[in-house]
Amino acid sequence: MSFIRRSVGSVFLKELVIGMSLTLRYLFRPKVTINYPYEKGPLSPRFRGEHALRRYPNGEERCIACKLCEAICPAQAITIEAEPREDGSRRTTRYDIDMVKCIYCGFCQEACPVDAIVEGPNFEFATESREELMYDKDKLLSNGDRWETELGQRIAADTPYR
Amino acid sequence: MAETEIKNFNINFGPQHPAAHGVLRMVLEMDGEIVDRADPHVGLLHRGTEKLIEYKTYLQAVPYFDRLDYVAPQNQEHAFALAVEKLLNIEVPPRGQYIRVLYAEIGRILNHILNIGSYAMDVGAMTPMLWSFEHREILMEFCERVCGARLHMAYFRPGGVAFDMPPGLAEDIGKWADTFPAFIDDLETLLTENRIFKQRTVDIAVVTAEQCYDWGFTGPNLRASGIAWDLRKAQPYDVYDKMDFDIPTGKFGDCYDRYLVRMYEMRESIKIIHQCLEQMPAGACKVDDQKVSPPSRGDMKKSMESLIHHFKLYTEGYHVPAGETYTAVEAPKGEFAVFLVSDGTNKPYRCKIRAPGFAHLAAMEMMSKGHMLADVVAVIGSIDIVFGEIDR
Repeated sequence: MSFIRRSVGSVFLKELVIGMSLTLRYLFRPKVTINYPYEKGPLSPRFRGEHALRRYPNGEERCIACKLCEAICPAQAITIEAEPREDGSRRTTRYDIDMVKCIYCGFCQEACPVDAIVEGPNFEFATESREELMYDKDKLLSNGDRWETELGQRIAADTPYR
Repeated sequence: MAETEIKNFNINFGPQHPAAHGVLRMVLEMDGEIVDRADPHVGLLHRGTEKLIEYKTYLQAVPYFDRLDYVAPQNQEHAFALAVEKLLNIEVPPRGQYIRVLYAEIGRILNHILNIGSYAMDVGAMTPMLWSFEHREILMEFCERVCGARLHMAYFRPGGVAFDMPPGLAEDIGKWADTFPAFIDDLETLLTENRIFKQRTVDIAVVTAEQCYDWGFTGPNLRASGIAWDLRKAQPYDVYDKMDFDIPTGKFGDCYDRYLVRMYEMRESIKIIHQCLEQMPAGACKVDDQKVSPPSRGDMKKSMESLIHHFKLYTEGYHVPAGETYTAVEAPKGEFAVFLVSDGTNKPYRCKIRAPGFAHLAAMEMMSKGHMLADVVAVIGSIDIVFGEIDR
């Protein structure tokens, strides 16, 4: 009996028809794709995207050139040079991140004792040339100014877990 | 009629072949359409990971493990974290262990779902690939929520996990795990009985248990040949000894069995995920030893001692007592192991990585000999190779 059932199923392409009907049912389900540049997927406060150097609310840059981020960076993407400023405070004269080398592990923001270098929510920083991905201090600080609202919210949201 | 000498034809399979799973280059000696000799060439993705790790502190080495088998990164980190913990002789708090097991199983599903999708696409079925990416996306979002990266997590650290799970994540994983078995059923409807899929896979590249031992097979490829060997059961690490799950085994060791074993393993992974979520205790998720795990940011900003520890850990790292260990985990692809030699400094003296895919690829010749050219594609799909870990 089972032999007959199997043969009939085989002749009438049973498993193919079942499979096709399943794909047909999927056709009428709500679609799962999103229209990317106009719609974006959710991002958590922990997302590790483009770097930014933050400032204190009074406009003073946070980074004190302790070079922990430079030391921990596994890809050696960060280069820092520092000397005392005229007012005697220690600040960087050069803060470069080679975004081509960077592996976005997030160790720099974990290492930073003053929350200066952070990896922000921005992941859309593709460029047309490699040179544009060699970020210098000005670029990083301007990133920080542009994203400060989001960066502050993200840090506040995630503080209990860090 | 004059005698003519018929020469076998050599073809290059890959490295740009879409079915070559990355950068596999295989020189095939063809006798008509039958494969006479298959010679896989490795090294096109060699990055010198093992040597690089010798120049990194133990914490800095973690991201390198993500980039081995980039389909399921967390399982590689798991092996390294366990190896370092063994040398340091520390034990991760229960919550950390549960989170690691939870994410290791998510990694297993991430891997199997992609493997089955791409395997089915290699043998002619497009739909499973498209559907499975929907679930891969959900899982990657879970990874992103816990550590900030969708793929290269850098989450399992020696001494525990980097951060605790945010609120709501466990519930969302639980909800997803409830719906996932229905998706596996759908995949099975499309593939398991499908005559085209079966014609391409049944009795292709049969590997006997004996051959498995000879060629060093591990993981689903070994279990498909009927040997119930799973490191999660044989030498449980973290909290796998508290988990109740079965080891699926195959009967014939052909490409079809390897597919079936992976399908069943995903169901078992779902069982483990449910158990992890149910039993997940509260508490710390990394060891309470400031010589190994960095202090919390709050402490670091208030206490001088914590700040000193913070600076020490992020510059010099921790020193690991001299010794050596071979620590293996059951990665989705098989036995992934780290042989770590420490000389007492803050950097590993040697870090040998045992990638399961390497042994499986070595058996390509044995498996594809006598089969047709089109079957080579099915074999590559069924042994689940990823070049990040093979070339390292």
